[in-house]
Amino acid sequence: MTDLADRQKLSYIAAQAADARLNVELETEGMTLNIGPQHPATHGTLRIIVRLDGEQVVWAEPSAGYMHRGYEKLTEVRTFPQVTALINRIDWLGSFANEVPFILAAEKLMEIEAPPRAQYIRTILFELSRIANVSLFLGDLGVQLGAVTPVFFAFRDREYVLNLIEAATGGRFHPNFDRIGGLKDDLPAGWLAETKQVMKRLRGFCDEIEDLLFGNEIFQSRLRGIGVIPADVAKQYGLSGANLRASGVDWDLRRDQNLPMAWDKADWKVITHPDGDSFARCWVRLQEVRESTKIVDQLCDSLPSGPIMAKVPRIIKVPEGEAWVSTENPLGEMGYYVVSKGDLGPFRVKIRSASFNNISIVPWVLRGVYVPDVISILASLYFILGDIDR
Amino acid sequence: MSDETLALPGDALREGVVDALRSALGADLLDSLIKPNDDVWVRVATSAWRTAGEVLRDTVGCDYFAFLSAIDWMPSPYGKSEDDPTEPAPEVDLTVRQGYCGGDTRLQVFARVTNTTKHFGVTIKADVPDDHPAVASWIPVYAGANWHEREAHEMFGIGFDGHPDLRNMYLPTDFEGHPLRKDFPLLARMVKPWPGIADVEPLPGGDDEEGGE
Repeated sequence: MTDLADRQKLSYIAAQAADARLNVELETEGMTLNIGPQHPATHGTLRIIVRLDGEQVVWAEPSAGYMHRGYEKLTEVRTFPQVTALINRIDWLGSFANEVPFILAAEKLMEIEAPPRAQYIRTILFELSRIANVSLFLGDLGVQLGAVTPVFFAFRDREYVLNLIEAATGGRFHPNFDRIGGLKDDLPAGWLAETKQVMKRLRGFCDEIEDLLFGNEIFQSRLRGIGVIPADVAKQYGLSGANLRASGVDWDLRRDQNLPMAWDKADWKVITHPDGDSFARCWVRLQEVRESTKIVDQLCDSLPSGPIMAKVPRIIKVPEGEAWVSTENPLGEMGYYVVSKGDLGPFRVKIRSASFNNISIVPWVLRGVYVPDVISILASLYFILGDIDR
Repeated sequence: MSDETLALPGDALREGVVDALRSALGADLLDSLIKPNDDVWVRVATSAWRTAGEVLRDTVGCDYFAFLSAIDWMPSPYGKSEDDPTEPAPEVDLTVRQGYCGGDTRLQVFARVTNTTKHFGVTIKADVPDDHPAVASWIPVYAGANWHEREAHEMFGIGFDGHPDLRNMYLPTDFEGHPLRKDFPLLARMVKPWPGIADVEPLPGGDDEEGGE
């Protein structure tokens, strides 16, 4: 472990050393390459500065911050119910999933719990967010490796999921639907039957993608054995979600903590992969979409009746205290450390977003790889810019 | 919950965390708080910040690094910026009151680490002295602390001794001030008062307190 820390400290020296060596030996000329902030392969405004020795990366440094919106500061001047409108925009492809841990943290401090029906609907919408988010990843993955077809399938089938989210919440991208104590509304009539149809379609989409991409020889050779992250390094950097499970760590916050949500009411598997390479990360995500469709199906079948709001005062004051709640979001562990002083709004909210940690490993993982692999490794780590910068 | 000890009364698991820290750090473990079967908070002396991290990693088995950040406990002199900026500012009580596990300073660093095999997390805090706002860097303990410390450095002005590269992540290099400190004004609110305050007024015809359905 200390070996790793030393290596990281040395990374800054390594760049200078590489410069010196390159200049003396006259074999290859060092080159600094900017990838981004505006580049089709970076999906978002992430800039990566790589120092090259021929085709090989000797040093890489992501430069985030082109989309920093200061949500932690803004939450301090909002009331608790208003905060969800902000945090919707952190991971904009899986917005509903961003709201849930914050609402759960507020509920924890208020010592209330949403009624069972609300918990089920929350879980269903949470998993639909994951499906919408990760299906786009699966399509986008192809584009980044030069395969254009899968992205059209992804956009086509994600549209069905977004329609479901829109029918239930009124918003395609930013539902702002979760409330302290429950949900804004109940589900519309006929929604459950429609959802089960769409889930069947999404399983078909997974099969298509698996055939088109994952069985493809070029795809495999671009990803297998590339960007290997061992489990202990992944945990030290705080990698989470599919990135961590692809390194063989059997850890999923949906299963491994006690939250007032309905994941334990469904029968599903936590997917892991022992390899830790780019292929494993992509494969784990694909399988997780399948598992998510199963969760949604089962919860739609067993959805209890009853109210969707607990009894909460109209003016919500959260008692003094501190709470940390994190959930397994599409990108990984998303958590909020909420400090309340008994006011209408939070005193401080620390937003722990998954992509921030997932991308902080980039200087480590990119060292020594070849230029084309930079793009495929970044694609497999999967980040949303809003989730890095907050 | 795969670990049966989680269900024990009194929460032996989290008491074990505090015991491990106490036997390793002695008097440097300043305070602790356990919410049984829920969560645990500890506060350590500033000088023991890195050692405490090592104990958490090696003895307690918290192999997973969640985040590291800071809190400014001074209430904002601007309140929640809901008042008309053209009027004289109302009096605000600026007494610093720390949260769980107390504290002596306005700024505190805190971090969260998790044990991925026994499925529990620990929140650890340390005071940051006002005259020399710096603590030891956690990079040798958890490599992922690098970016979190850079963020805390630019947002709160806290130094991390031993960090190789405390460049700004978000702000321009010559930016002055530390935006997440409470005495840094939110300029958007200084220019125009917040219209959203109307949202939390009682609805017409509704009862004030128990109005929910």
